[in-house]
Amino acid sequence: MGGLAHVFEDEGLATTQVSLVREHSVEIRPPRALWVPFDLGRPLGTPDDAAFQTRVLRAALALLAAPSGPVLEDFPDQAPDAAPAEGWACPIPLPPPTPPGDATEAALLAEIERLLPWHAVAQRDRQRSTARLSGRAPADCARLLAEVLREPEGAPSADELRFACTDLKAFYMEAATARPGQQRASARQVADWFWGETSAGQVLMALRAPLMESSDKAMRLFAGRLLVPLAQYHRLSQAGG
Amino acid sequence: MVRLADMAPEAADHLRHLDCAGYTTTPWTTAPPLSEARIAIVSTAALQRRDDPPFAVGEAGYRVIAADDAPGDLVMSHISTNFDRTGFEQDLNVVFPLDRLKELAAAGEIAGVANHHYAFMGSTPPQAMAPAARELAGLMRADGVNTVFLVPV
Repeated sequence: MGGLAHVFEDEGLATTQVSLVREHSVEIRPPRALWVPFDLGRPLGTPDDAAFQTRVLRAALALLAAPSGPVLEDFPDQAPDAAPAEGWACPIPLPPPTPPGDATEAALLAEIERLLPWHAVAQRDRQRSTARLSGRAPADCARLLAEVLREPEGAPSADELRFACTDLKAFYMEAATARPGQQRASARQVADWFWGETSAGQVLMALRAPLMESSDKAMRLFAGRLLVPLAQYHRLSQAGG
Repeated sequence: MVRLADMAPEAADHLRHLDCAGYTTTPWTTAPPLSEARIAIVSTAALQRRDDPPFAVGEAGYRVIAADDAPGDLVMSHISTNFDRTGFEQDLNVVFPLDRLKELAAAGEIAGVANHHYAFMGSTPPQAMAPAARELAGLMRADGVNTVFLVPV
């Protein structure tokens, strides 16, 4: 991000920015940066909290008044929903995750069926869904992943598989965060739920090892670096990934 | 979160070893007063309209987001799986604070909001993005933009 600031300033445009990794901003020396102590992926802090987002925005814009730089300031407050929400649970408890194998497709389809009403709630309340990047419905993503687990050599392109995985995760996580009135889950809680408590998470982790043996370099890159978050690697041995 | 010391060790190591070297100076453009700032957002979240081509691994290009694009038309095709997407899923403004910027413009705190905003994919090395960014600078100036708000993911 800071590298882009260098280019724009050099082209005569003033910049200010959010910084999520302070150490990077120290190295890159962008002209004006506001470091925020928020989760990666949440540069403005917290969803559905316009007042807090505006505080962050105003703090970043205030740096434009600095007479010289580089300026690197720290935002003083944690995001309001940074701490784990006590008692948070997925709206509908799912059965224990099914170990990857013959029952995978049925397990995924059963999970999707139970999550569908809550995904509909999320879509209604937010007036949007971020899923369907692949153009596939959740059940079709599930069938594809189960098929690839059975026959890794028959996998579609790495990008097609990546988008199907992205869509399935979006569907699950949008549904899991939908329940009206529920205390908002932290980012880590939702991730731990998906990767630790769903058959979908088990399948994605189980796909990693066989796809890393692919003859396709793009597929090996996808499986090795873009499939399972680094923060969830501790689960890989359990899932056979 | 998020100092590297507070992250899962694998994730912290990954970020610690990203190449950020080579920046020994800081270019500087004097900013206009906020009341005269017309602002564009440049995101590195790999945002795109649903019918745009998704970002590919290593891609250094950008996508254009119009100020009046519906939030439901915007999706994210970033290749990394190492950041939270649930904030974005619940509220676009967590990643792309266009509504917040429009509110400041309506209140007169800033002069205005650009007609077009832009998204890169942050996994691509910044040096590779530089040619596209220089092209964007010209487009933004033509849009009357004098200030850029950069938002990582």
